[in-house]
Parts: sequence; C-alpha cells; structure tokens
Amino acid sequence: MTHVLKIENLHVSVEDKPILRGVNLTMRHGETHALMGPNGSGKSTLGLVIAGHPGYEVTQGSITLDDADLLEMEADGRARAGIFMAFQRPITIPGVKMADFLRHAATNVRRPDRKEGEELIPMREFRKELKDKMEQLRMDPEFARRYVNDGFSGGEMKRAEILQLAMLQPKFAILDETDSGLDADAVRLASASIAEIGREKMGLLIITHHDKLLEHNPPQYTHVMLGGRIVETGGVELAHELYSQGYERIRAAYPEAERANQEMLNEELADASLASE
Amino acid sequence: MTPSELQSQPQNFDNQGFSAFRDQLREPEWLRVARADAWQTFLSLDWPSRKSEEWMRSDLRAFKLDQFHMPRPTAVVDHEHGAGIPHWLDEGVELAGGIATVDGVCVASRLSDRWSQRGVLLGDLSEMASDAEAIVRKYLFGIVRPEQDRFSALHAATFSGGHFVYVPRGVCLDQPIHLSVGMTDGGTDTGHTLIVIESGAEATVLHESNSCSASAKGLHLGAVEIVVKPGGHLRYVNLQDWGRSVWHFAHQRATVDRDASLQWTIAALGSRFAQVSQKVSLVGPGADCQVNGVLFTQDQQQLTYNTLQHHEAPSCRSDFLYKAALQDKSRTVWRGMIEVDPLAQRTDGYQRNDNLLLSEHARSDSIPGLEIQADDVRCTHGSTSGKIDEELIFYAQSRGFTRKEAARMIVTGFFQQIFDRITIDSVRDALGQAIARQVREYQ
Repeated sequence: MTHVLKIENLHVSVEDKPILRGVNLTMRHGETHALMGPNGSGKSTLGLVIAGHPGYEVTQGSITLDDADLLEMEADGRARAGIFMAFQRPITIPGVKMADFLRHAATNVRRPDRKEGEELIPMREFRKELKDKMEQLRMDPEFARRYVNDGFSGGEMKRAEILQLAMLQPKFAILDETDSGLDADAVRLASASIAEIGREKMGLLIITHHDKLLEHNPPQYTHVMLGGRIVETGGVELAHELYSQGYERIRAAYPEAERANQEMLNEELADASLASE
Repeated sequence: MTPSELQSQPQNFDNQGFSAFRDQLREPEWLRVARADAWQTFLSLDWPSRKSEEWMRSDLRAFKLDQFHMPRPTAVVDHEHGAGIPHWLDEGVELAGGIATVDGVCVASRLSDRWSQRGVLLGDLSEMASDAEAIVRKYLFGIVRPEQDRFSALHAATFSGGHFVYVPRGVCLDQPIHLSVGMTDGGTDTGHTLIVIESGAEATVLHESNSCSASAKGLHLGAVEIVVKPGGHLRYVNLQDWGRSVWHFAHQRATVDRDASLQWTIAALGSRFAQVSQKVSLVGPGADCQVNGVLFTQDQQQLTYNTLQHHEAPSCRSDFLYKAALQDKSRTVWRGMIEVDPLAQRTDGYQRNDNLLLSEHARSDSIPGLEIQADDVRCTHGSTSGKIDEELIFYAQSRGFTRKEAARMIVTGFFQQIFDRITIDSVRDALGQAIARQVREYQ
C-alpha cells in the first residue's frame, strides 16, 4: 500500500487570527514536494501544524495519514504514526545526550504501542546503528555524546536534524528550511545526505527559500504559498523560476492572497513568539 | 515504674524527659555535662524568629515540639521495624563498613577487619565517646555550636544514634562507608555525624536518611561535623529522603585544611519542611571544596538551604552548585554567601543556584551573596529560575516522546550537570531513579 498524507481545506488560527486559509495538499510515499513562498506566507506554520504543535488552533479541515486522523493525535502520536519534522530552529535540551535522546525516540517511533517504562532498543544494537548512520552522514562520532543541540553551530544543528530523520525513518518528513544558515558546501552536504538516507523511502515536504536543497532532491511538485493558501502548484521548473525571479509574478497574480500575506506579516511582528518564518 | 519500664516509655521534650534520656546513656562525665549545658541553652532560647535572615522565609507556626518524643537510646528496637526502611546508596557497592540506625538507635554496625586493623574507627557516636574518648572529645561540637539556635541546642542535648567515622593519617579507604539512618512513622532522629579525615587520608562516606513510608511523620534534629586535615580527601554524599511529613532541622559544618579536598553531594527529596544551615570553612592554603546540591520538591514541601563558603586562608577554591526542580505547590529557599577574609588572597569562589519550576504554583527564592575583604580574588555567583519550556516538550513529543517522558527527560537533563560531577555510580543511579519516580505529568 502506498502511504498518503492528505491535507484538506485546512484553516488554522493563533489567538483567533487566521494564518492558514484553506490549504489542500496530497503527498504520496516516495514523492518529493517543494513548498515555497515569501516570508509570512504560512509555510512553517503548515509544517508545525502537521507535526502537532499545540500553539495552533485548527478551525476547519483535516489532516490524515492513510486512514488515521492526525488532528486527533498529540505530537507524539503523530511521530509514532510516521510524521517527522526537521525544525528550522532546533531546540536545545540541556543535559540530555544526543544518543540517549535518539535511542528513546527511535524505540517509541518503531514500536508505536510501547508503554512508558518498557524496554528501549538494546544499547549495543542501537549504538552500532547510530555509528553507521553517522559515518554515512560523515559526522564526528563525538556528536552522539553531546547534549541535544547544546552549543551546536547552525550547520551542526541542521545535520543533527538530518541524523534524526535518518534514524527515525518516518513515512513523511517535513524539512523546514534545513538549508537556511548554511554555507554552500553545507547545503550541498545536507542535500546529498537527504538523498542518501533514501528519500524514495519516504514522502518529503521541503520548505525552502532556495533551490540548492532541491538539487539532489528534485521535487515532482512545487507549491507556492501566499497569504496562508497554496496559490499555485507546478513542477520543478516552478521552483527554479521562483528562485531566480522571486515572487513578483505570484504577488501580482493573487492580489487577495498578497493582502492577507501583508496582514500576517504585520501581525507576526506583534507576536514574535510564534513567528516561525 | 521500674527502670526498664521507664526506658520503654516515650519521653517528652521536658526536664523530666531529658533527665530520663540522659540517665539511660552510659557516657563520660564531660559529655553528660555538655548535654546538661546544651539543655539549659535550649530552655533559655526562643525559637528562631523571622527577623533573622536565615529564617525570614520559614514559617514554624505549624511546628509543635510536643507532638514528638525524645529518642530512646537504649530501648530494644524491634529489628523488623527497621527492615521495612529503604536504602539506596549501597546498591551494588562493596563497602568498607556501615552503620544503620532506626529512630536514633543503632541497629547494626560493621567495619571490615582490613580497615579496623589499620586504625579506622567506625561506630555509634555515643558508644565511641567512651571507646575512643580522647579523640571524640577533641572534635565533638568543635564546629557545630550548640548555642547557635534553639534547634542546635536541643540537638546537642539530645543527640542519639549518631556516627563517628575516623580515618587515620595516610589511610586511603578505597571502599565507601555507608550510614543508613531510618525513622519510623512519628519517630524522632537526633543523629549527629562526626567525620574526621586525618592528614593524607582518603574516604568516601554515603549517608542517607529514609522513613518507613513516603507519607511518614517525624522529627529530625541533626548535625554533621566534617574535619578534613591537610592533604586529606573526602567524598561525602548526603541523601535526605524522609517521609513527606517530617520536620528536618540540620546544622552542617566542615573545615577543609591545607591542600585537602571535600566533595559534598547533597540530595534533598523528602520532609515537609527542611531548614539546613551548611557552612564550609577553608582553613589552609590550597583547600578545595565542591558542593553539589540536588533538590526535588513536591506537594507543599518547603526546603530552605542557607549555605556559607568561608575562605579563611589564601589560594583556596570553593564551588557550590545547587539545582532545584519544584513541582506542585512546593517551595525552595536558597541563600548562599561567600565570605572572604582579609588574609584569603587568590581565592577562587563560585556559587550558583538554578531552579526549574514545574508548576505554576511552585516558588523558589534565590539569594546569592558575597562579602569580600581581600583584594586579589575571583568570586562569581549567579542564579536562574525558569519554567519548563513548552517548546522543549513539543520538540521531544515530535520525536515520539510522551509528554510525561519528555518532562522526565528534561528534569533529568536539568540535573545532569550535577550528575556529571558525581563520580559514584550508585549515587548517580539512586538519584536518577528517585527523581524519575517522582516526576509528574505536567499540563
């Protein structure tokens, strides 16, 4: 069976202010989708809502993974169902070693029925797997012993997110600006890493401003978001167009969405806490 | 009443009770006199008032001494009584020896021949006051002052079931000593711990206090005196996990001499109310003291720590790190002070207190302080208080952790900085497990 992630007519608000205004998106396992759009268009919000961030209120619409209603689940349920999000700004967890964090996470995700307190993946087995994956991603083994994202450089954080992606092997992964803050070499490495860990084994939603990350991971579909809606969908050529020519054409073609986008930008300035873009 | 009947009667904290208590002890005259003096001091003092800085945030109104009774030093303690009292720190550890007490009565004492042959002394303090009279007399109440307040006076008059640990010159104990202090429901413990590490000697002492049940009532009036002589090294771990209705009053003092070191780990999880006064004096050049404090509180617990790191000699280092995680309506108060005498040049002093508030209703007060009279010193202090970050919880949940697993991991991580400093596996494990057991689901 091919897994399907389906978003229908999704409306989302924060404190009664609409951010997403009817998003429709269907992804199949093995497909790569690029999600592009100017600042404030709602790209990161969409990612966070799929992942189950409790700060957003879904006022209308649905998100389903195969037959499962994701909106009924908390974030951990969605992770166990096969959703992964690589964060634009990964969170530091002081005092928790990367290896311990990932061992627990991998156990829960691979054994969705695991109850709290039940055994984790055997240490030896897990260490070997982690070591192999880190070698594959050309990461220093020391990484596993460091605290989660604590004192990591921007590039290290993003690579740590890719390592998590590799270890958790989700059905669908959202990569939120995994290329931002990286230099050209680092983007190439990240991009190659994603390809290497097997994008064909998952569905990828790549949120990006640039097209570099798409080089090794050419999207079958490119979606353009503006004012909380997907206003246009095309192939890989759309991604290249937006990258080289910007959003002027889009802004002009969808004046209503553009107005909403400007409003949201202003709102986000007032409330920086949830400004994820 | 016959004497044996008298012994089995619980005695109140009054003149008659004190006389009966003292008469049961077969102690040397100097100690009988010292107890009588301390009792007079107790009678002459008032309970500490909230006007004093150390007690400013402490509410003693619910404390009633007449709800408790004197320890019964020679009463035959039912060993079954002690059997149900847990202990954690000796798990999987090869020990040099140990002492176990219940309600201030020694129920077991053991020191392996290997160490007794080398002059190590370990035993019930009251007995050792006769058996090793000269040396006990030299140190007992040398640094804890009975007249400091009404609690220290009452302790000095009525201490019972304490510990004496003496490691002679140059002897390096490579196995820990375990002190297990137990209390029954409604019991009283007035244990006094006296540890003397002679020049060039080394030891590890694991000291823990547990009640027979998590909800147990009780009273602890305690004191710790630690003397580390030049070049001596002591690792001392003190785990307080009394029942949640125990009143805990403790005076803890240490002196660390030239080129000696003390690593002191404190974990406070239990009691309803704890008032601890901790002071370390660095009295010889090159002395080093590291204090690691872990406080984890819940329900309506209130734990107060007044700490003082006193630099009396030059070129000493002190490093106090207290971390508290608070849930429910619990409260912690930490008041730290670094005092540097005019002589104590090249002092390196550090103090820090971090608090993690796990509930809206928890409260932590953190009052760091410095009093520096030397000019060539480096002293730093700091404190932080913060709530558990919802974004951290979400991040962990997005990786498959349940909310509770995420909270537990975050709390454990919060304490990791201290665990990294604890080099004894059994202590790390015991603390980690105790904390994990108590973490609630946060909403």
